[in-house]
Amino acid sequence: MRDSQTNSSAVAEKPEGWNRPALIKPSGDGELLEVAMGPHHPSTHGVFRMDLALDGERVIRLRPVFGYLHRNHEKIAEGVSYLASMPYTDRLDYICPITNNWAYALAVEKLTGQEVPERAEYLRVILGELTRFQNHASSIGFLIQEMGASGTPLMYAFREREKILDLFEKLTGARMMVNYMRFGGCRVDASPAWLDATRKVVAGLPEFVNEFDRLLGSNEILMARTQGVGVLKADLAVNAGVTGPMLRGSGVNYDIRKVDGYGIYNRFNFRVPLGDHGDVYDRFIVRMLEMRESITILEQALKDIPRGPVMDPKAKLRGFRPKPGEAYGRIEGPKGELGFYLISDGGPNPYRYRIRPPSLINLTVLEDMCLGHDVADVVLIFGSVDIVLGEVDR
Amino acid sequence: MLGEGILKGMAETAKNFVGSFFSAERLTTVQYPEQRIAPYEAARVFPFLVYDSRNSADPADWEAGMRCVACQICEKECPPKCIYIDKSKDKKPDAIGKQQFYPSRFDIDISVCMSCQICVEVCPFEAIKMDTAYELSTTDRFGGLLLDRRQLAKSNEYYHRIHPTEAAEVDDRLSEGRAKTDAKVTPAPVKGTEAPATAKTQPKLAADNAVEDAAITAAAASKAAETATGAGN
Repeated sequence: MRDSQTNSSAVAEKPEGWNRPALIKPSGDGELLEVAMGPHHPSTHGVFRMDLALDGERVIRLRPVFGYLHRNHEKIAEGVSYLASMPYTDRLDYICPITNNWAYALAVEKLTGQEVPERAEYLRVILGELTRFQNHASSIGFLIQEMGASGTPLMYAFREREKILDLFEKLTGARMMVNYMRFGGCRVDASPAWLDATRKVVAGLPEFVNEFDRLLGSNEILMARTQGVGVLKADLAVNAGVTGPMLRGSGVNYDIRKVDGYGIYNRFNFRVPLGDHGDVYDRFIVRMLEMRESITILEQALKDIPRGPVMDPKAKLRGFRPKPGEAYGRIEGPKGELGFYLISDGGPNPYRYRIRPPSLINLTVLEDMCLGHDVADVVLIFGSVDIVLGEVDR
Repeated sequence: MLGEGILKGMAETAKNFVGSFFSAERLTTVQYPEQRIAPYEAARVFPFLVYDSRNSADPADWEAGMRCVACQICEKECPPKCIYIDKSKDKKPDAIGKQQFYPSRFDIDISVCMSCQICVEVCPFEAIKMDTAYELSTTDRFGGLLLDRRQLAKSNEYYHRIHPTEAAEVDDRLSEGRAKTDAKVTPAPVKGTEAPATAKTQPKLAADNAVEDAAITAAAASKAAETATGAGN
């Protein structure tokens, strides 16, 4: 009896997987220092905990702990109508609500076989690329802040983000919780005045990227801190299912906008930036270049946007029952492949609703990237993954 | 040269520092609450109920002019389920002149509401719209945030003031509906009451939504279809 009690307390102290042999060897015979970084750590972008085992400053083991922000999103969605889940998707990755809306709308449209009018597709691309731009800008800002540049690049990024959020508010009524896309189109049409305002903002974006480049591009401290840190090998990235700028930073040419050509992305001319070494610096540079590519897509989309309706006239807002079946809608979100998997049993709400969150899956390789580095670099590597806890925990 | 990149970056911050004092587009801070930025027309905070001034003796009689007919579609569609409606026992004429029920209770718990405006989109009667008032703090966090129909009722003029474009479109649609009702009311004694019309639309609606009942009339059903196709947006 006493034995089992001691055993159970031992299990509670050392969580599963903790006692496995360290992937790298400690240097001396001294004891390892166990540190819990988080859940209320400023670098964790929310509530996330990393249990570290340290040999001096070196990381010997890392165990990510998440779930602090779990809100039961998937199960709630199974109990409500398809429409009622749309505002909840805004709250997954709250930095980029538009792309979450888009992925969910895409999945339901696949399930019901709805068409999206051309103007709505263009609006989706415009808003999606604006979202990608502001996500990358602020994620770089956060990364630099974690390096110790307390606020300057982040505030420059937020200044630009503010302009984009103003556009979102003018169109959708909310800065972040936009609830904009509908199955078979978009909720409201963009006025010519809004499109003009967008053109004006987009015209100012290249100057912002140039400014960011001058500010950071040749900064020696940034290079010293990021180059060769947190290397993610291409084969590990592919095996772990890592997507988005993380994967492309490791040199794998995989962008769902090119691979799937969902929406109307095959009409636009843009390049996919690739990294070489897969370190933090490459991920930073890939994001910088992706911002430039987003601008070219925005320019093309704003030039070509046609007139017409923004909603499929046959689309129903509520009370529709998709035929029994399943659908997986995926898009290239700013953080990686964002997918919604839906199973319908013919009822008014989904039988199964499952999200493939890029943040969570990109986080699985955190330990492999951090081993052997200093604690200060862990913060940096974690920042370069670019996660939002709302999406990791759902 | 080592340190060149840092100096380049610092030149950039210096430029921005000077710019933040003199460049007009960077002087964006306002001294709230003395100064305020007007909200955008599309802005939305929490829902309110629109009433028309139908009582000529008292234009502010919100109870007589309430557009809501207690069909309870918004209550059912609300994602966080923060709307509570009780239907009346008697009927009175609605915005387009039909005899309808009205809500004897209409509460919205704005501590739960997430401003998604799905209630506005699904309402076939143009009765619930989004407000732009945002200074709603109260010392009573339970009762103070559970708004009843008196607190939710706002005049159509107020609606015109906060969302002019949208309100004008809504008025056009309602006057269309009213014209249709007037055309029907004249031959009404010959055809009988509105009961047959209700019966005709009932099966179609029942397939959509079991909650709906005889309160939903032909005019409302056509409006609902319009909203569903997105033309109403």
